[in-house]
Amino acid sequence: MAKAKVKKHSTFIDMTAMSDVTVLLLTFFMLTSTFVNKEPIQVTTPSSISETKVPDTNMLTILVDPSGKIFISMTNQDQLLATLKKVGEDYGITFTEKQLANFARLKSFGVPIRSMPNFLDLSVEKQDEVMAIINKPDATQEDLKAIGIPNEDKKGADGVIAETSEFKRWIRYATEDNKELQLAIKSDKNVEYPVVKKVIEDLRDLRKNRYLLLTSLKTASAN
Amino acid sequence: MAEVQANDHGGDGKKNKQKKQTLRVDFTPMVDMNMLLITFFMFCTTLLKPQTMKIAFPTKDEVKDESMENKVAESTAVTLLLGDNNEIYYYEGYIKEENYENYNEFLNKTGWAAQGEASESIRQYLYAKNKGAYDQIEELRKRMKAKEISEEDFNAQVKIIQEEAKKAKKAPTVMIKPTDLASYENMVDALDEMLICDIASYAIMDLDKGDRIILSKKTNNPEYLTEEERKDPKLNK
Repeated sequence: MAKAKVKKHSTFIDMTAMSDVTVLLLTFFMLTSTFVNKEPIQVTTPSSISETKVPDTNMLTILVDPSGKIFISMTNQDQLLATLKKVGEDYGITFTEKQLANFARLKSFGVPIRSMPNFLDLSVEKQDEVMAIINKPDATQEDLKAIGIPNEDKKGADGVIAETSEFKRWIRYATEDNKELQLAIKSDKNVEYPVVKKVIEDLRDLRKNRYLLLTSLKTASAN
Repeated sequence: MAEVQANDHGGDGKKNKQKKQTLRVDFTPMVDMNMLLITFFMFCTTLLKPQTMKIAFPTKDEVKDESMENKVAESTAVTLLLGDNNEIYYYEGYIKEENYENYNEFLNKTGWAAQGEASESIRQYLYAKNKGAYDQIEELRKRMKAKEISEEDFNAQVKIIQEEAKKAKKAPTVMIKPTDLASYENMVDALDEMLICDIASYAIMDLDKGDRIILSKKTNNPEYLTEEERKDPKLNK
């Protein structure tokens, strides 16, 4: 029987060019990208035509969640640590080295100062679990109290502020030694106005009158 | 491409029977790994930086000197009321107490620009109000885009135009008053309209009593009123 002669073709595909392309792409992504900050809540910012970019340094972001919970993040972690110590002092709380190291790892935080040491002792997964409560539809008011920086002033019987809120203390200590610090407000577009107003009023109480509102870009013209 | 011809000739001219070797490096695993890395970077990064909008509020410190207070001329004052369900209302000038009942004469309902061209939008209204200054600024902007003037020049000239329009009382002064039923997006949208229409002077304010009364009358919604006002029999006819 005559066998059909099958030519042996090598199926070797030269991947060098492909490799070149992927390395180029990889370089591009590595150089242009900034990492997504892990934030406890997802917000959709409203859009505006403003083209001012977010400053890279010296900024404190106040994240406002639809239910009015406040979270803070700062570009400079050292300053944030210093602020944590000062706020802790006010409430007679001192932090261990390990807790401070854990705090420095957090990109964005929002826990009442009294539960802060316990929160910092938790592992990262457990911390996420604590934060995830905000997304649960059946969370009770009591549960929700565990997160967010409290911004209610305690008022005495005469209506005069007896004890300023933790939120105000955070902002005050953060801006105390750093007058150039820019305050940015990042809030979901569906947040009710009074919630944002309360934050702005608190800042105005501290004589901070200039803010950046974080928005996403859209284009428009008047006619 | 990734082959190295390795035909090593012997040094001493002897007929070396050396096999021709082709050194081929297989790049497939390398590509695999690169693809993985690229995917990782694509998922974990943001290329778009968010924008910001600068805003300044007046200080809360008591103004001691009367002359320090900014009084807005009645002819240029425009008030925007941001209500429930993304509604927006505006009126010109100030309201007097005896006019509360005639709210329909001056309080107009309008829509955001995005919601259709058929009805009048707030943008059209503000644009008409600020037409003189806007057209001049737009002209300048075109020249800046064509690189005829620098950005600093542009900013300086815009300031001059806005100052002049203000002096000639042709530019409106807009007071944005978001009610408690409005959303944060409404506030940002309103500020955005100011930027789009090149309005120089605007401020975010709280509603005063008159605003709340006419708004609740117009919409038949007592929620705009404060607790005390709701109990007032005179306002709840």
